Amino acid sequence: MSNTTNSEVSIAEDGLVDLEAEFKVSNIQEVLDKLDKELIGLKPVKTRIREVAALLLVDRLRKKFELSSETPTLHMCFTGNPGTGKTTVAMRMGEILKRLGYVREGHLVTVTRDDLVGQYIGHTAPKTKEVIKKAMGGVLFIDEAYYLYKPENERDYGQESIEILLQVMENNRDDLVVILAGYKDKMDRFFQSNPGMRSRIAHHIDFPDYSAQELLQIAKLMLAQQNYRLSAAGEQAFAEYLKLRMKLPHFSNARSVRNALDRARLRQANRLFADPKKKLSKTDLITIEADDVLASRVFSEGRTDAEDAED
Amino acid sequence: MMTNHGNRITQGQFSFLPDLSDEQITAQIKYALNNGWAVNVEYTDDPHPRNTYWEMFGMPMFDLKDPAGILMEVNNCRKTFPNHYIRVTAFNSTRGVESPTMSFIVNRPKIEPGFGLTRQEVDGRSIRYTVHSYATDKGEGERY
Repeated sequence: MSNTTNSEVSIAEDGLVDLEAEFKVSNIQEVLDKLDKELIGLKPVKTRIREVAALLLVDRLRKKFELSSETPTLHMCFTGNPGTGKTTVAMRMGEILKRLGYVREGHLVTVTRDDLVGQYIGHTAPKTKEVIKKAMGGVLFIDEAYYLYKPENERDYGQESIEILLQVMENNRDDLVVILAGYKDKMDRFFQSNPGMRSRIAHHIDFPDYSAQELLQIAKLMLAQQNYRLSAAGEQAFAEYLKLRMKLPHFSNARSVRNALDRARLRQANRLFADPKKKLSKTDLITIEADDVLASRVFSEGRTDAEDAED
Repeated sequence: MMTNHGNRITQGQFSFLPDLSDEQITAQIKYALNNGWAVNVEYTDDPHPRNTYWEMFGMPMFDLKDPAGILMEVNNCRKTFPNHYIRVTAFNSTRGVESPTMSFIVNRPKIEPGFGLTRQEVDGRSIRYTVHSYATDKGEGERY
């Protein structure tokens, strides 16, 4: 908002504006490319982000003709299973919105119920307001937002917090973008009891589960970021592992992949350590072999390595 | 002779200038935030120059990135105390500094009666001088 309005010169009625030039200036393609490259799958999410980007860009051009329109509401709701990339996308959202000049700072403030709701009467409002103030100019990401409302306890302070949020979402649209996230069924119930919240959120985006193929790609990307790679056999083993793991309970998509990789790295280090006299090459240090993956208990016992630790 | 024509209190920064607009206040707050200072909103109805500690309006605001939240508090304070002095201060928490680095008035009463000079005769023919705020002749809450 702020950085576009002041330098603007209005254009004559029959003047022309260059959408492409504006697009280039905003650098948005770079962010979208990065999004494509670093986030595997997530088709509906990417489509929606593209749409939002297009809307904001066109809005900017409209402003040059002094066509006033209300600031679009960009509050969003991300629903999806654990590990489908809700937080990651929210983080990107801040950057994208900043490039489009919709928010000023583009930082992300992640909160949960504990950060918003107080413990006694009169504690909630200041707490919520403090969080809101911190998030201004950026994105407020409320994880597990459905916890805010507890229907079984009518004296719960969550409702107070919701009311303050609603007020800010309506009045300070220019200052802050609120993103709610949570599991689909629970969020649906949350919105049923808070219709005001539902109507103030323009974008409801559902994050689909990843396919096994996508998860393998994610695994490779994660490893590449940490300067590791899977050997050909290791890749096959990991694909096999994913197939089994996806059937087990508590499978949380990319998060499970990350945990599995962390354990594979542990076993790799252990394997290298088992023979201390051996001279190691760089390839040895960065390669995760099939053995490192196959040692997982998913193969031998049909359950996860860290059943209690992983949720 | 009237020494202070507008009869306006001059404390802190920008106090000889006309009142700051909201944009100017935002720009100043932005400067403070860019320096990593925590910004407070304070108010008082006793603007004696030696009254260093004004009442705080809410908690000091640490870890903010954007001035919009602070401006919101300033406006809340203006709504609550439309006829008080309100100032914005920026606190530098760097070890060894730990003191306010900015302070400017963002709201004034409509009428500022100003200060009178009080003389007190003491031993011999010595005179002690002090300033006295006319506003404080009235009780708290009725001053402006």
